[in-house]
Amino acid sequence: MANGTQNDEPANGGEPGKPLPDDAALSARLGRLDQRLSTLKGNQKAEIDHAEWQDDNASARASALARGFRLSSELVAGVVVGAAIGWGIDYLFSTSPWGLIVFFFLGFAAGVINLMRVAGVVPDVHERLHERPKDPSGDR
Amino acid sequence: MDPIHQFQIKNLFTIGTFGGHEIAFTNSAAYMVVAVVLTALLMLGGTAGRRLVPTRMQSMAELSYEFVAEMLRSTAGEHGMKFFPLVFSIFMFVFISNIVGIIPYAFTISSHIIVTVALALMVFLTVIIYGLYKNGLKFFKLFVPSGIPMAILPLVVAIEIISFLSRPVSHSVRLFANMLAGHITLKVFASFITMLGALGIAGIFGAVLPLGLTIALTALELLVAALQAYVFAILTCIYLNDAIHPGH
Repeated sequence: MANGTQNDEPANGGEPGKPLPDDAALSARLGRLDQRLSTLKGNQKAEIDHAEWQDDNASARASALARGFRLSSELVAGVVVGAAIGWGIDYLFSTSPWGLIVFFFLGFAAGVINLMRVAGVVPDVHERLHERPKDPSGDR
Repeated sequence: MDPIHQFQIKNLFTIGTFGGHEIAFTNSAAYMVVAVVLTALLMLGGTAGRRLVPTRMQSMAELSYEFVAEMLRSTAGEHGMKFFPLVFSIFMFVFISNIVGIIPYAFTISSHIIVTVALALMVFLTVIIYGLYKNGLKFFKLFVPSGIPMAILPLVVAIEIISFLSRPVSHSVRLFANMLAGHITLKVFASFITMLGALGIAGIFGAVLPLGLTIALTALELLVAALQAYVFAILTCIYLNDAIHPGH
């Protein structure tokens, strides 16, 4: 400790503005490290924001298994719900088989839309309604 | 061994009858109680000390709070935090019950579609009721995208409505199917061990293969259990976001 202060003293006093070579190297390295850390942090933050808003489920990135399962269940759910509505309309108004046919295809379209939304191919309902990408800082 | 046997509902005792129906306390209900009690113990135990440097228990409680709160803030915004109790309860209930379900001989409640449908419908109805209460008729703008020509508007609205109605279906089926399929696979591979083991000395050596696979599948199931709880909770957040801001 005593050594350290003694070393510093002449350096600062003797040549003002020009520290010892050791000190200069150290401060330069510290500076570089600082810079690298801040760029890394910035990148990470940007990546997280991007992931959250580009795709409505960050979980999809966690595992391809979950992503695949989610995509398939979205499509199946759309078709099943469409067919169920069509069947219900047929049952109520005895229009068999037209309700089932029409709503089966509508359900298929809805399933594909669900699928594309999850996959991030088409913008989400919000973004389309806003007609601009949602800014990440707005709702936080 | 029947791989479906593990999902059988057994009546433990009868609470009473209601309108001619028996109100039974089943093994499913018992494991739901277990999940709730474990969550309550974790939270009460974790917040009892309130130390500056958290103990393991407190750290777990804080981590689960931070995790769900961050998930809700990032998907539904700061307004979404009023739904924090709902999302946190759903997440912890599904997560703890899935983890408990991996323990051998335990019952997995989310492998029954009635349980996941009940949870998904709760979220779905919350979205509709809160959306109508908060936004009134503007809530229906969710189904009417702007900038669509009048000619195809009815078609688009019909598709949007079906897409909206299909949400609870995919929401519930995903969790249910994952847990059911995982546990059946595990059971089938485990039964191969006993089948091969009964064949004599060569069979015992052969049984090492399914044993290894069963161990690997158990690890995978642990991942799936946590991941599906997360997916269920984050979808809840995304749907709640529609109720809070239906495109204003």
